[in-house]
Amino acid sequence: MSGIGTGYDLSSTTYSPDGKIFQTEYAQKAVDNSGTVLGLRCKDGVVLACEKLVLSKLLVEGSNRRVHNIDRHVGVAAAGLAPDGRMVANRACEEAASYKRVYGEPISGHVLAERIGSYVHMFNLYWSLRPYGATMLMAVYDKNGPALYGIDPSGSSLRYYGTAVGKARQAAKNEIEKLKLSEMSAREAVMEAVRILHKVHDEDGKKFELEVSWICDESGKEHRRVPAELLDEAERRAKAAMEESDMWVVAGRGGS
Amino acid sequence: MLPRPTSHSKALGPGVAGPELAVATSAVLDRPPQSCAHLPLTGAQPCVVDPAVLADPRQHTKYPYVTGTSVLAIKYRDGVLIGCDTLGAYGSTKRYKSTQRIYRVNSKCVVAAGGEVSDFQYISNLLDELATDDFRTDDGIELTPQEVYSYLCRVMYNRRNKFDPLWNSLVVGGVEKGGQSFLGMVGMIGTHYTDSHVTTGFANQLARPLFRERQSDDMSEEDAMHLMYDSLKVCYYRDKVSINKFQVAKVTGEGVSISEPFALDMRWDYKLFAAPTKWAVGAW
Repeated sequence: MSGIGTGYDLSSTTYSPDGKIFQTEYAQKAVDNSGTVLGLRCKDGVVLACEKLVLSKLLVEGSNRRVHNIDRHVGVAAAGLAPDGRMVANRACEEAASYKRVYGEPISGHVLAERIGSYVHMFNLYWSLRPYGATMLMAVYDKNGPALYGIDPSGSSLRYYGTAVGKARQAAKNEIEKLKLSEMSAREAVMEAVRILHKVHDEDGKKFELEVSWICDESGKEHRRVPAELLDEAERRAKAAMEESDMWVVAGRGGS
Repeated sequence: MLPRPTSHSKALGPGVAGPELAVATSAVLDRPPQSCAHLPLTGAQPCVVDPAVLADPRQHTKYPYVTGTSVLAIKYRDGVLIGCDTLGAYGSTKRYKSTQRIYRVNSKCVVAAGGEVSDFQYISNLLDELATDDFRTDDGIELTPQEVYSYLCRVMYNRRNKFDPLWNSLVVGGVEKGGQSFLGMVGMIGTHYTDSHVTTGFANQLARPLFRERQSDDMSEEDAMHLMYDSLKVCYYRDKVSINKFQVAKVTGEGVSISEPFALDMRWDYKLFAAPTKWAVGAW
């Protein structure tokens, strides 16, 4: 089977002639083929939203959690391979717990992001391990305020105002760029996140479920899933917005 | 770039070609299953005492240093009330007058302690770690008061067996899932019991008679508060190492509320107080 990286893509300890490590790139592809996950850092908090494709009617709603609480003030949403995401989230839990035990205070966002980045990066160094096929979007609210970090399979951890990963990341990122995040409250950000996910969802595909979490002043600076009524309200508004835009499209076609 | 250790985990020790955690070698697979559901994620080991400490007789806990005095707790109609003063005494010296001896575990449960304040801080940290593990699981299930009580019994008894006790008398109070109240006491050697009213320290002698007379499981909140205030007053009058600054925690089905410190009206103009040594032979 000949592909782009033939011969140089068998192990993560081999560089290709143009300086790439293909195993890491392939891990990125695993993330790019999964459901969209987006994060928004707004004025008083951070919102994480996951689009979970419903694989079967037999699956109980609410199972297959992709959003994890790491500590009271930190949460992650995992995009990509779900079990890999869970492994990294477990590691983040241990790092946060151990930091608290040693230093007596909750771990800061930049420290945890760096630790998780180093951990994920380690799996790109050794021949006996494969890189994690998961990108973690980490929402944290510590004494420096709210922050959103993204740690990808290569181990780089970057800090964002807003970002999206997964299938529809490009369309989602375009939508996010239009938002004025620094003036938005967390409540409004939840509405926007749900609206964007509905908009960029591939209509021909399967049905999808949303998992939205937030950490903000309203949630007591604790990371938790948004209250059910807020999520329902956001979904209603998103569906209404979709129908409205559909109507415009139809009207446009009819008119011309 | 020098490799920096990123955590206190053995897995990233030097010379390891890959972390111990991820590789399923025979060393990992053939390990006997270690049950650690009762241990918090941080690796804290509440019942383990460093053997070096035990060998040196100067390093067992032999005496408490900064201590809290009595804790009083009663059940009433809506839940439980737990009251104590806010003193951390250094022997007879009333040294720290703003210690909070009541610790909120979660929305259903509260632990209060008399005895060594530093050991209670350690116990509070353990409970905080367990509660955070519950928060992480995010399934709506929290530790119930009965579970906290059983856990603390085991911790206290195990430490006693290692001759290095946590020098506390603990009161665990809260509301169970079905709505029934729970009140239990755990002592520093592992003695434990549950009852409708529970006290530690001097309150056993001073407040218990009042509770036996006036407490009932379906008393109203007003009656319960009056009973609590009266008992706190008696403890302040008769316990040398106590101050007129109390906190009362109320745990009901709606949650936990720990009051701000308050003072009670005390009277020192009783005739017998005016001439206390009048009938006491040999007093000065």
